[in-house]
Amino acid sequence: MKLITAVVKPYRLDEVKTALQELGVHGLTVTEASGYGRQRGHTEVYRGAEYRVDLAPKVRIEVVVEDADADAVIDAVVRAARTGKIGDGKVWSVPVETVVRVRTGERGPDAL
Amino acid sequence: MTLAAAPHVNTGDTAWLLAATALVLLMTPGLALFYGGMVRTKSVLNMLMMSFVSIALVTVVWLAAGYSLAFGDDIGGGLIGGLDHAGMRGLGPASVHGTVPTLLFATFQLTFAIITAALVSGAVADRTKFSAWLVFVPLWTLVVYVPVAHWVWGPGGWIATELGALDFAGGLPVEITSGASGLALCLVLGPRLGFKKDAMRPHNLPMVILGAGLLWFGWFGFNAGSALGANGLAAAAFLNTLAAGCTGLLGWLFVEQKRDGHATTLGAASGAVAGLVAITPSCGTVSLLGALVVGLAAGVVCSYAVSWKFKLNYDDSLDVVGVHLVGGIIGTLLIGLFAEKAMTGGTEGLFYGGGLAPPAKQLLAVVVVASYTFAVTYGLGKLLDTAMGLRASEEQEHTGLDLTVHAETAYDHGVLGHGAPVSASVVHSVQKAEHQA
Repeated sequence: MKLITAVVKPYRLDEVKTALQELGVHGLTVTEASGYGRQRGHTEVYRGAEYRVDLAPKVRIEVVVEDADADAVIDAVVRAARTGKIGDGKVWSVPVETVVRVRTGERGPDAL
Repeated sequence: MTLAAAPHVNTGDTAWLLAATALVLLMTPGLALFYGGMVRTKSVLNMLMMSFVSIALVTVVWLAAGYSLAFGDDIGGGLIGGLDHAGMRGLGPASVHGTVPTLLFATFQLTFAIITAALVSGAVADRTKFSAWLVFVPLWTLVVYVPVAHWVWGPGGWIATELGALDFAGGLPVEITSGASGLALCLVLGPRLGFKKDAMRPHNLPMVILGAGLLWFGWFGFNAGSALGANGLAAAAFLNTLAAGCTGLLGWLFVEQKRDGHATTLGAASGAVAGLVAITPSCGTVSLLGALVVGLAAGVVCSYAVSWKFKLNYDDSLDVVGVHLVGGIIGTLLIGLFAEKAMTGGTEGLFYGGGLAPPAKQLLAVVVVASYTFAVTYGLGKLLDTAMGLRASEEQEHTGLDLTVHAETAYDHGVLGHGAPVSASVVHSVQKAEHQA
């Protein structure tokens, strides 16, 4: 199994969710996040003084999927989140040893 | 045979001044919100408290001696009044000042003294010891506000009677004293930790707008109330107050849009306040055209003036100097150009054929009041710093004065980085219940 984490622009969240649902991904976790990559943050002005705000608002989407589905999920997320402009975000995956469904105690792919 | 008319109370004038007094008192809680929204989350309560406590402190000292020293009979040279009315001695329901009860006049003037002291707190936000503020406000009221109020408005005060400079509602005693004192005190204190390095963004701009709105509302009492009667002069001052606030707002936004590419909420609130500051001395002395110019000039100039602190390296946290000192000077000086006989009943400004004397008198009044205020406040600040310490500890300032001084936090976000405790449990009442069981 793989944990796929995507950090994307907040306004692309609905598209990403729809794309994952169409692929049959059963569940996901969304967290409000902030950070920056190459684009850095933005500038705010108060009484003429400019303030550089480094951290831009993002959402962090996490899904755990079977190994065979990982590439398709990553592709779907990238397609749905892409605007072509700077600050679109990142997607990465890491191996997952175990998943347990808390309600039933099922383990592994059955718990997804 | 004619008898000199005995002074008597006019009920219309009295009714209006009662309302105006309440309006001016509301300006101080309005100022608290205006300032409170501009500071960071960790010190918003302390900022509110500095204004709120000023209501109590100034009221006590005003009733004890301030009113008498400012508005009692002059005891020499037009510099200060006597102590005949200390503790409001000799004044009762039957006392009359002009066409209103003296006690009402004294209360109206008290509300001016209150907001002036509160205004100073904007320059020293986030880092002043609360205990030192409690001592500073009464002393400052007695040694700075009261003498200047006597010079400008008191019986025999030298600025009004000898110099003949005009100040309708308080450019000199309110705006210039608060601004010059803010500058002096922030120089004594030094800049906030992280000044020019950390972003110190306003934490709640809707609160700033609410505060500015309440200030504006109260300002009608401030300016139109200063006519001390329900009459045409009050109406003219009222309209001038509205007009100048509007052109101040538009002037500030225009500068922001040209300079920064954005018209901001804080800019709109600040511009309105700058226009209102400048029209304070001039609302009862200039025509409507003059008021529009005064407000616009203040909006444009003050929006540039607020950046001086970054260039000159003094941390006037919430721009008391840039808005109140600069705005007060603009309004007081422009009287010398725009004063109209129809408003002043005598003096005419340069543009209306009055010659160079009116602007010269206005300038002299500004220079003397600003210099006196700066010097005395700086001395008082140094004295208090030596005697009890003026500045909060580094740890208090870093953690925020709300939690460390007042044992409260403004918002229970419970999120790291907001300065509120992540979790809390009931301590005191539980222990008490166990003790009783």
